[in-house]
This record gives sequence, structure tokens and C-alpha cells, in this order.
Amino acid sequence: MTAPTETVISLSGRPFVADASGALWCAAARLLIVSDLHLEKGSSLAARRLHLPPYDTAQTLARLAAVIARYRPRAVISLGDSFHDRAGPGRMATCDVATLKSLQAGRDWIWIAGNHDPVLEGAVDGDCRAEMVEGAIRFAHEPTAVPAAGEIAGHLHPCVTVVARGGSVRRKAFVSCETRIVMPAFGAFTGGLDIRAPAIRSLFPERMTVFALGEQRAYRVAA
Amino acid sequence: MSARNDADVSGALLLPERFGAWFAGRGWAPRAHQLDLLRLAREGRSALLVAPTGAGKTLAGFLPSLVDLAEKPARKAAAAPAEPVGRAPPQRRSGLHTLYISPLKALAVDVARNLYAPAEEMGLAIRIETRTGDTPASKRQRQRSDPPEILLTTPEQLALLLASADAPYLFGSLKRVVLDELHALVTSKRGDLLSLGLARLFTLAPDLQTVGLSATVKDPADLARFLTPQRAGTPSAAVVMAAAGAAPAVSILETAERLPWSGHSARHAAGELYAAIKAHRTTLVFVNTRSQAEMLFQLLWTINEENLPIALHHGSLDVAQRRRVEDAMAAGKLKAVVCTSSLDLGIDWGDVDLVLNIGAPKGSSRLMQRIGRANHRLDEPSRAVLVPANRFEVMECRAALEAIDRGAQDTEPLRAGALDVLCQHVLGMACAGPMEEAALYEEVRSAAPYAGLDAATFQDVIAFVATGGYALKSYERFAKIRRDKKGLWRVAHPSVAQRYRMNVGTIVESPMLKVRLVRSVRGPAGGPSGPLMRGGRVLGEVEEYFVEGLVPGDTFVFSGEVLRYEALVENEVYVARSASREPKVPAYAGGKFPLSTFLADGVRRMLSEPAEWRKLPAQVAEWLELQRAVSVIPGRDQLLVETFPRGDRFHLVAYPFEGRLAHQTLGMLLTRRLERRGLRPMGFVANDYSLSVWGLSDLGAAIRRGDLSVAALFDEDMLGDDLEAWLDESQMMKRTFRTCAVIAGLIERRHPGKEKTGRQVTISTDLVYDVLRRHEPGHLLLRAARAEPGSVRCCHASAGESCTVTSNASRRWRCPSCWRSAASRSMARRARRCWPRRRRRSSPMPA
Repeated sequence: MTAPTETVISLSGRPFVADASGALWCAAARLLIVSDLHLEKGSSLAARRLHLPPYDTAQTLARLAAVIARYRPRAVISLGDSFHDRAGPGRMATCDVATLKSLQAGRDWIWIAGNHDPVLEGAVDGDCRAEMVEGAIRFAHEPTAVPAAGEIAGHLHPCVTVVARGGSVRRKAFVSCETRIVMPAFGAFTGGLDIRAPAIRSLFPERMTVFALGEQRAYRVAA
Repeated sequence: MSARNDADVSGALLLPERFGAWFAGRGWAPRAHQLDLLRLAREGRSALLVAPTGAGKTLAGFLPSLVDLAEKPARKAAAAPAEPVGRAPPQRRSGLHTLYISPLKALAVDVARNLYAPAEEMGLAIRIETRTGDTPASKRQRQRSDPPEILLTTPEQLALLLASADAPYLFGSLKRVVLDELHALVTSKRGDLLSLGLARLFTLAPDLQTVGLSATVKDPADLARFLTPQRAGTPSAAVVMAAAGAAPAVSILETAERLPWSGHSARHAAGELYAAIKAHRTTLVFVNTRSQAEMLFQLLWTINEENLPIALHHGSLDVAQRRRVEDAMAAGKLKAVVCTSSLDLGIDWGDVDLVLNIGAPKGSSRLMQRIGRANHRLDEPSRAVLVPANRFEVMECRAALEAIDRGAQDTEPLRAGALDVLCQHVLGMACAGPMEEAALYEEVRSAAPYAGLDAATFQDVIAFVATGGYALKSYERFAKIRRDKKGLWRVAHPSVAQRYRMNVGTIVESPMLKVRLVRSVRGPAGGPSGPLMRGGRVLGEVEEYFVEGLVPGDTFVFSGEVLRYEALVENEVYVARSASREPKVPAYAGGKFPLSTFLADGVRRMLSEPAEWRKLPAQVAEWLELQRAVSVIPGRDQLLVETFPRGDRFHLVAYPFEGRLAHQTLGMLLTRRLERRGLRPMGFVANDYSLSVWGLSDLGAAIRRGDLSVAALFDEDMLGDDLEAWLDESQMMKRTFRTCAVIAGLIERRHPGKEKTGRQVTISTDLVYDVLRRHEPGHLLLRAARAEPGSVRCCHASAGESCTVTSNASRRWRCPSCWRSAASRSMARRARRCWPRRRRRSSPMPA
């Protein structure tokens, strides 16, 4: 089942569905892209004796499982910062490891390296890469200053504040232009960076299109 | 002086000669309550002194200590009950004798200054020192090894001192604790923290006596419980009531201007206020919120033709600016100060001869304390004028006046201790040294606010402090405290104690952003152009959530000026001066909610008895007649509901007179129910008297058609489910949770070396809140957040238990199962009885 109306972002002529969960879906390649899962962030902070709830990994994986069940992708790309730190895979609870394995079963799984988890090789199942190019599109964790053709990246956790009728809501968001898409963070404990921040603004010198995540779908909002 | 006779009889017996001579030398006689405290001290009893401002409270509190120290100057140090850890105790003269704790740093410093004089004049060789966050580290270190006889400090500093290994050495010799402004301390989490510290002091120095100094409260015996360990066999503290001073001269401003129907600015009375300020030496102008303070200050300056020195003082102004105002005030350089509750407490301003209270008094006790700020001398009456800002407030002022005449107090009863504060305290006690769980439990329960704490909850607190207290036990290896072989809890690592010290305290500011004045970047067209000018002056701070609702270009009043919001840059709000006189965003709503009030009851009574209307100003009586003609005057046990279209929206206004917190809850409930019925409500606003819900569909028509039943809308039976879900999602709960998370130590205020900004903390606690609510809804911190008075909630009596009141609001808003029996009136019944005959075009509701 898909959302009532799909929100489509096109990049290099290819349509991508911006899912309300924060995942990106390419129907033609049956490819699902998620970014910044930050698994085991809770336990990472707990190791510094900040005892945040240990449920973030389970919750992130449950949300991921729901998206995967809806789209049944052939391949999943996790765009880096999949784990909050390098030791993350080792701290995963047994049940979470099992959940992850079941999600990986029967499909390709690509871990792109992020700044939090530069090396995952050997710690988890799946294909670990620094970055990936498919067709005209480059998949990487950190956006490059000037992408050649098309680029899908994460890293920045974009968020947008929508002000309406005296109230405001802050939502995670996809930010895009002709040449790139910056994806929202998918993880349960991931905070956000306002799209007006220079780090995001500077990537979109011409104009940016913003899609805020709603309950049912992503909505295009004024930047 | 009225106490002269008493003094003659008993003073000679109680007061050593040089004290008597000192009093006589100043032309004073000790007051009866001062001698009472001395007598109680001789008997070894703790005491609560209830006295109005200006009654010599502070001296009364210290007199027994001074006498004791004067009589035994060369007394040997009492042996500490426990061996201090780490180093041998250095030689000292007598050790710490008296600890004084005040809610304000400035007050501690001020009191110390006032103590030096009598001590010196009587030739007492007593060391009196203060210890606050501003005390240099070297002096603090020295105070630990070589303490003064009298130490003046704050609840936070006490917690820090108690959390160290040398606490038994430091406090073993302690004889007396003086708690100043106790009525103000006990209503907050700081009071909870203090009560736990006090419980530990009683363990370290079992013969300790306490003295509480308080303004007049409703139930002194209840407050006195705070002062002694709540154990069987421990005598309770004696209550000493000082003779009341001259009755205050309070009046309501009878304005010659047209009194508005709504608003809180008292704009109409500006001229009359100015005239009053001109006619007096020094005037304190109290308002209820920071936005009101801003507005009124601006207003007064627009008509300040004589350039009278009128200043502004509220909590979100820059500290340096506040200090400047305070200094100028103390030096008598100011004609008037417009202030919020930031000046409610404390320092004696001396020469104030008029208090103007703008708007609703909100509570009779609070009002009396404010009035007491004038003239600070017991034998002269305080002079105060209440200035209602709208017609509703006239009735509230009238009710307040009657309450003052009767001496009716409305202070809150002693609160139940907060669990997040207990978490912080438990960690602190582990930092002090190995602790035994059962002994600590008994100690904690001896603190009055925690007397009802059950063993299971205490175990949850320990589990939270140790590993976060999650059902999923995955953090054992990251524990903060661990049991050793003997079963005692110890900190797992020295860094835990270090971080405890960095995070101690219960005051968690809501995330604030600096407001910086920059030059406008907008051209005449108003569009953004070019980079912003950096580096202007900082005007103060605003709450982050206020800024989140702004769009660049919006104007608002702050720091006495109309400002235009330009941009948010990192943690700073850039604003520019605006030429506009009318701010677009009406209020910078500083402070969460003004206090709700029992005075509403008086208002409801006044309203329902038209014979009473004659006592009100003619304008107000006319207004009530108009209400009677156009709509309905609700009886005391009725609820008035009105509907009307206005602008492009439809409004529904209800007048429950239950106070703002209850209305906030009811507003959430009504909007949720209307939404469920497809009536598309868009928002609501609540004040102390009424609430208004608005939306896009015609609610009045829906009622006439029979699509919407008023009785069903206000039905009590749905209450529970609706609110639980709604409140859990509300911003208010998230903010409350954040505070609890910081106090309990789940997240930190700051790390050594790197300051964590409020913005970052907000983000992560909201996420934590969501995850916790989903996976562990019964977690200790969620329980702590839900029990918070600010977070409006229904209470739930579980099977067999009697209903407990958990918040201000729920005192009247009870859960469905117990409401009918417990509440005197039923909302639903009231709603059915009083439905207006006609639709009205406008409403007298203050916005």
C-alpha cells in the first residue's frame, strides 16, 4: 500500500517518491534509500553515562521494516551514519540484530560510509562502500559542494519550520534542486538542522525546493 | 512599640546584657516574636515565624544564634559524628554554627551586610560569610576546611556542600538553620531540594534546630512541617505569629477614562498612573507578565514629559541592566520601576511609598506581599492602588480587596516532592560517600514533601540513577552508581561526581535566545536585501518558542521598544528598530502562565448577585447590565456558553471561571471533541475567566440544528481518554519533560569545557520523550513530568484507591470516575442549565 498521493522529486530526469517516513523510493530500480539511521545512538550516549532510552534502534528498525514491507525493494541503500559510532554494531541487542538480518534477507543491502561510521566492513552483513554511482546519480553521505549531474546525500538532517495561523510545526524535510537531493535523517534520536542554516543554504545557491514530512506524505512547502 | 511590656518582663531573662544595651542604644526594644524565638531556642525547639514585611524577621531568626555565639565564644568544636574522608581535619575555632538559606543570592548578600553591623556594634567576634555561585573558588575551598560561624547561602550551594565527602565534618557542629522567605521556597522544586538537604542535615547534626521565616500564609502549621523531620516522636516546630502591622491602605483606581472590555495593558490609565508616580517619592509598579511590563514601560515613557527616571525590571532583561536598575533603586535615584514578580521578594528598597498593581491581582497572599514592599516599616500603613486593566479585572480587584479586609490567605498547601529532584539528590548522596538504600529511604521520607513516598517508587528512583531505570536492562555496564560487596551504593567513577556538581539545581531555564539589535536590512519595499549588520547591542533574551512562531518582518514589543524580527542567526535573534507604533504580534508572552486564582470564586459570586453590582464602578455595572440584556448572567452554579460569528470565523466562548490552567485543559478537550465531530476547530485561547474556541464551521448553527449537543460537548464521561492522548502530545508536556530530564540528570545542562546550548537540549528531549512514551509509558521521568503542576492533567484513581489531586488544575477538573462525587459543581449540569437565548455579535472576553 502506498500513501494517498505520492510526492515525487525528480533528479536527472528520474522520479523519486519522497515517502512520509523520510525514505526515498525509486520505483524503476526498486531501490529504497534511507539516510542517517544513527542506530545505537542511545547506547552510545549511555556509554558516556547519559542513560537515554535503549529503544531507539528497535524503533528505527521497526519504522524501516514498515517502509520495506510497503515497497518490497530489490535493494536498500543506507546513506551513511547508519550507526552512531563504529562500535555500534557490537552493542546491538540480539533481537535487533535478528530484525536487521530479516530486513536484509532476499535483497541487496548497501552501507555507504558516513562520518560517524567510516568503517563498517566485517561488523555487519551487507555491502560496505565509501560511495556509489548508479547511472547518472551519485549516492554519498556528505553532499559535495558542486555535484556534477545528480547527487543524493544525507548528513545534514534538514528540518523546516512551517508557520501557519499563529502556530508552528517543525518537521524533517527533503531539500532538493535540479542537481541534488539532501535527505532527512531517518533515525529515532536524530535531531535536525534548520534549512536556513548556512550549511544547507550554501548547497542551494539558486533555489531550493523543500518537502516537509507529514503524517501521510511529504508536502512541498515554501523554502 | 507594642511589644514594650513583654520585652520588659522576659527580655531581661533572655537577652544578655550587651544585647539589651544594643537595642536600647538604638532606641529599640526587642519585639515579642524576637524574644519568643529566643525562648524556643533555649528550649531546643524549631520554630516557624510568620510575620509581615518590616517586622524584623531576619534579626529574629539570627538573634538566638548571636546570643549563643556570644555566650560561648571559646567553645570547642563539637566532634564530628563521622570520620571525614580524605584528610585530617585542620584545627578550627568552633566550626559552623548557623546556616542561613535564602532563595536569592542577592538576598543572602544583603542579609550578611545587615548582620555585620549589629555583630560589630556588640563587639561579637563572629565570622559571617556568604557562599553563592559568585564566591571565588579559593574562598569556597577555605570555607570547607575552616568554616565561618555563620554561613549564608542558597539551596543549590547547600546541595553541593552536602554532596561532598567532608559534609559530616563541615555540618557536624551545626546548631541552627535559618530558612528565609520559606513561603516562597516551598512552592517550587527548589523547596523540594532544600527539604532533602535539610533531612540530610538532621542526619549529620541530630540536635539541629531550624527557624523558618515566612510571610503570612494560609496554613502555618502545614508549612511548619517542613522544618522538622517527619518521624514519630519528633516534636513539631512551634508557630510564632508576629503582631500584624498597620492595615495596608489599598484602593482600586477609579478611572475617569473609559475602562476597556478587554486587554491587559491598562493603557487607558496611563495618565493617572503617571500622575500617581509624580505625586509620590518612589513607586513600584507591579505587573503580571513580562509583556505587560514592556508595554506599560513604553506607554509611560511616551507621556513622560518631565523625564522622570522610570525604569524597567524583569527576568529576561540582561543581568547587567537589571543590576543597574537595582543599584539605582537602592540609591534612591529612581522615581518608579515597572517590574514583574522579579522584585516580589527580598531586598529592602527602603523608600518605596506607593505600590501600583496593574491588572488582576491573581491571589490575595501574593498581592499582600507585593503591597508589603511599600514602606517596609511595620508601624506605617503600606499604600497601594490596584489598577484593573479591563472590566473583568475590576471584579477581581474588588474580590481581592475584600480578601485583604478579611485577612484571607490563599497560599498553596505544602507540595508533594518531585521525583526528578529526588533523583538528583540520590546521586548527590552517593557522591558524598557510600550510601545504604534503606537508611536513605528513611531519611528522604523524613522530609515533609516526601513523607508519602512509597518504597517501590524509591527503588525506581535508585534504578533510574543507576542505569536509567529501563525495563530493558542493557546499561548495567554504564552504571552511574553500583552496589559494592557490602551492599552500599557508590559512584561508579569519579567523573560521575564531577558531572553531578556541574548539573546541580532545579532551575532549568526554558531555552532562551539572545535578542541582538542590528541595523535594518530591509529597504522601503520590505524585501530582504544584503547581509545583516552584525555586532549590535544585546537587549535581553526571549524564549525560543516565541521566536519559532515569528516570520521575518513581524514586529513585537521587547525591552520597551517596537522591534522587527529580522533573522535567527545561530543562537541569536536579530532585530531592528521599527518605525511602527503598533506591534503586529501583540505579546511577547514572557513567563509561562500567570498564576490562577481563587479570587475567581469571588468574581463568580459578585457576578451572580446583581445587588452587588452597585459596589462596582458605574462603567462596570453598565457593562454587566448590557450582558444581561444581550446574553445571560450565569448563576453561581451555572456555566455560560456563547456562540457568535466574527471575522471569517465562528467562535464558541465558555465562562467557567475556573482559572487559566483548568481552562487550558478544557480548551484542549473541547477542540478535540469538536474535531472528532467534524466541526473543524482551529484553535483556542484561555484566560482566568473564560475560554474561546474558534473554527471554520458555524458552531451556533450546529447546536440549533441539533448536530452538536452542548451537554455532550461538556460531558464529563469522555474526559479521561481524550486528555491523556492529547496532553501527551502537547508542547507543554514536552517542555515539562525537558525540565524533568535535566533535573533528574538524564541529560546535562553543560559538559565540562563545552556548553550545551538550550537549542540542542530541546531537540533531544523531545525525541527521547516520544521514544519513551512509546516503549515505556510508565517510566519514572514520564511519571515525574505528568505529576508537574504546570502540566495540566486529570488524575486517575486506580482500583480501590481514593482519588489524589495531582495538579492545580485537577483540583476542580477531576477524572470521570471521581468527579461527580468530589466536585461541588458539575460542568455538564451547568452547561445544560444555562444556554443563551440569542447569538451575540461580540463578546466581552479579554483577549
